[in-house]
Amino acid sequence: MKIVLADYGAGNLRSVSSALARAGAETIISPDPAAVREAGLAVIAGVGHLAACAEGLEREGLADALRERVESARPVLGICVGLQMLFEQSEEGGQGLGFFRGPVVRLQARRVPHMGWNTLSVRGKPSILDGLEGEDVYFAHSYSARPVEELPGAEVEHGGPIVAAVERGALAGVQFHPERSAEPGARLLRNVIAWSRSA
Amino acid sequence: MVKKRLIPCLDVTKGRVVKGVRFLELRDIGDPVEMATRYSEYGADELVFLDITATVFGHEPIVELVERAATELEIPFTVGGGVSTLEHARRLLRLGADKVAVNRAAVERPELLTELAEEFGAQAVVCAIDSKRVGPGKGEVVTHGARQPRGLDTVGWALEVVERGAGEIMLTSIDADGTREGYDLEITGLVCDAVSVPVIASGGAGTVKHLAEAFEVGAEAALVASIVHEAPERIPEIKRELKEAGWPVRI
Repeated sequence: MKIVLADYGAGNLRSVSSALARAGAETIISPDPAAVREAGLAVIAGVGHLAACAEGLEREGLADALRERVESARPVLGICVGLQMLFEQSEEGGQGLGFFRGPVVRLQARRVPHMGWNTLSVRGKPSILDGLEGEDVYFAHSYSARPVEELPGAEVEHGGPIVAAVERGALAGVQFHPERSAEPGARLLRNVIAWSRSA
Repeated sequence: MVKKRLIPCLDVTKGRVVKGVRFLELRDIGDPVEMATRYSEYGADELVFLDITATVFGHEPIVELVERAATELEIPFTVGGGVSTLEHARRLLRLGADKVAVNRAAVERPELLTELAEEFGAQAVVCAIDSKRVGPGKGEVVTHGARQPRGLDTVGWALEVVERGAGEIMLTSIDADGTREGYDLEITGLVCDAVSVPVIASGGAGTVKHLAEAFEVGAEAALVASIVHEAPERIPEIKRELKEAGWPVRI
């Protein structure tokens, strides 16, 4: 199965790509909408502002490719700002793809950005989080998705509960960085590979 | 709850990790990515690579180092030292550094912090501040390996860099650096109280107690050098002791 990282022209995707390769997947980075449409799993990864991510995805025609995948229930994973992209309007500007309902809001905590390792509390039975209850993973972000509905996934505490991961059907996202989360991150990626094969 | 971080700092020059006293008698102690991987396996939470020879843009060894670290490391890393222009910082981040630390360039052109935060997000921008004690509860920002005082109050500068876009502050007390007698808790505490971003305490760590003291005054992370370079296998023990003392750390 081939994984395609959607290359929307910003940031570095090689760290994620290397981590997926270590987890056993054939992974390419591509700006080609056809490649993103046809992959076994499409990944939206990146850091920084949601607006820049949204703009890049629309400009390259990748947003439409992702919409088609979601309509036909083919697996899509968002990482960090990629998770936020699965939601709606962001407070820092920019519009997500709206696959999940809810805004992206600025974190309300004593220290922002939320930076460092935090402990996952898994909610429901999301398959990408199998074996990750109570594990520590690495976060680095100032904004966070706020789902309007209850979604299977995981939360962490930082000035209140915040979304760490979501999964519904063939659509999933993680706010943390699996490629920088040591063994729990590798486990997440192995789970993602298995999930995308069966989703 | 976010964990307190232990961050080994690797001083790098010409692609190798070196150790020395105040830039004198530099001794080669290993390959940066190999050492970083070992620290990561022992439980370091994050790493800092500091190019201590303040390279100019395009210096190849650090580029090669960042590329290798980005693909091989499984924990986050920051690159600093001689990051003097937007292009340089951008290049390091595009190559896969999770964060870039800016020091003197921020003092000389503070807009750099804003430009970086706009392009990469505040979480990728660390402002390194070197502070020299000039009175009780008072620090002055210094640059050029502490030789040049900049006439800026440390706490005031810390507030400004956050306002301009820095997502983290790495605060080094020049007076404590290298002493192994503990961090300068006074200035560290003042900066931690003043700003809303995480603060990494730096300079002076010699014992586990010193790390706990930095956390006590509000630091989110402790930068360490000699205590882990001499015995990286002690990292698990250091973290266990911190946990036993009640600090949230990743084991």
